[in-house]
Amino acid sequence: MKDPRRLSKVLSYIILAPILSFFIAPVLWLFVTPFSSRPSLFISFSTPTLSNFARVFQNKTAINAFKNSVVISVGVVLLITVCALFAAYVLSRHYFRGRDILLYVLVLFSSIVTGVAAMVPIFMLNLKLGLIDRELGVILTMAGGMLPTSIFILKDFFDSIPRAFEEAAFVDGSSPMQVMFRIFLPLSSKGIIVIAMLAFAQSWSNFLIPFILFRSHMKYPVSIAIYTFFSEVGVPDIGMISAYALLYTAPVIVMYFLVERKFGFSFYGGIKG
Amino acid sequence: MGKKAVVLLLIPALTLIAIFLIFPAIWVLKLGMTNETLTGIKAREPDFVGFQNLARIFSDRFFYNALKISLLFVFGSAVVGQAGLGMSLALITYRKSRRLKTLVQSIVILAWIIPEVVVAYLWIAFLDKDFGTLNVLLSWFGIRKINWFYEHPIFTIIIFNTWRGTAYSMLLFSAALETIPPSYLETADIIGTSPYRKLKDIILPNIKSYIFTDLILITLWTFNVFTPYLLTGGGPSFRTELLPIYIYRNAFKYFKIGYGSAISTVVLMINLLLAIFYITLSRRKKA
Repeated sequence: MKDPRRLSKVLSYIILAPILSFFIAPVLWLFVTPFSSRPSLFISFSTPTLSNFARVFQNKTAINAFKNSVVISVGVVLLITVCALFAAYVLSRHYFRGRDILLYVLVLFSSIVTGVAAMVPIFMLNLKLGLIDRELGVILTMAGGMLPTSIFILKDFFDSIPRAFEEAAFVDGSSPMQVMFRIFLPLSSKGIIVIAMLAFAQSWSNFLIPFILFRSHMKYPVSIAIYTFFSEVGVPDIGMISAYALLYTAPVIVMYFLVERKFGFSFYGGIKG
Repeated sequence: MGKKAVVLLLIPALTLIAIFLIFPAIWVLKLGMTNETLTGIKAREPDFVGFQNLARIFSDRFFYNALKISLLFVFGSAVVGQAGLGMSLALITYRKSRRLKTLVQSIVILAWIIPEVVVAYLWIAFLDKDFGTLNVLLSWFGIRKINWFYEHPIFTIIIFNTWRGTAYSMLLFSAALETIPPSYLETADIIGTSPYRKLKDIILPNIKSYIFTDLILITLWTFNVFTPYLLTGGGPSFRTELLPIYIYRNAFKYFKIGYGSAISTVVLMINLLLAIFYITLSRRKKA
């Protein structure tokens, strides 16, 4: 009781312990069950095994869904990175009439038009365009939704590049395109990695868009495949589902902590939607 | 940069955004004024019914049920749960060692970044009546097994979503606390101010604008969350049917595109109000 700071430290541990247990308890299962030889819904430690993973690799639906997810996420990442790079460059360095209104409209729509609020028109749009049950429809829909945020993040990076750099290049006779690829691209590689990883993580995790746009089982990405595995009638193979879920989650976790450690920023406001 | 280059560089992004983000939001207003369905005659030749759908919504008891559950869900899991717990965690780790802060934040962030379908299954396993970890633990203390999703459906999805989303508020509040000049609190320490007075007179007034920002954003996001569908499907007997799930049921289970669009319009309008509120507030902060 002599040192009030020490008391507050002990007190904070006492408060933290239950809160942290609350956060850990449901996740623990994901890291224990895939390696369990007697997997169940209860977290039980038993002789470690890899047989659950072996069953994932023997499951054609599971493997196929993995391929589908990769195709969709790679498509979204490429589309977003290229489009956002071009647009952010112009919006950062070129003033034209209506630019501020354009930026305002982009912020407004990207925050109100969520997949949930727009699921009906998004479905109808893809139906009219003949994009139902096609990867392209899912890729374009996801990319359109995430683009404004990606543009803003990249524009922030571009805004911080001193104008002297490009002015020097222009004096040397470089074209705007050369300036973009030779100066902006390398100087903002951090920003590009950030938007690419965000695009990957969000498209990889997205459930609702593929859920409403895909019809045939062969097209399902992992998110839908896992949902059908555990919501289908019959006895689910808990060991296999848990191993599959871990394989599916790992890239997102690794990416998040890699980006965080490498660049030391924890988050951008408004990226989670 | 020439005018041509500007247009060419903007076109890919703006086309995508115009078609897949802005157009759906505007088209839904029109769809909501038709009786379009996915099957049958009205799929080919929908009639224009004007504000009939909207009028029907306001006498639809399922709509009021969904609205009520959505409001409870937002208030319970976002305003009380996420903001409250996020603030507590930010305050507890404030002015503590970096190691402790990183540890706490990493654990809470984990719940936030795991894909929603996995999170849903983790909670189904965790809360399973007979074999779930929570009930097994409780049974060790002699507490009877509880069927969480049937006995306390709303409470359960509120707790779930608090767990899911607290990371954002925690990170925002932690960052906000760092903006308070250290001398304020050091002075307060020296004169022996009580923790309660420090919170009320120094900390809260200094991070007020961050709190508003956080509350609006998490309200908007929580209002638009679909994950509870993966946990409960909206049941038992519509008791966890949030507005998003009600839209889904009308449009994709009953194929009522027109009516589903009309409910979407209501959700969009609520989103619009929250977003305008947020943008105005954040602009005023900058100025």
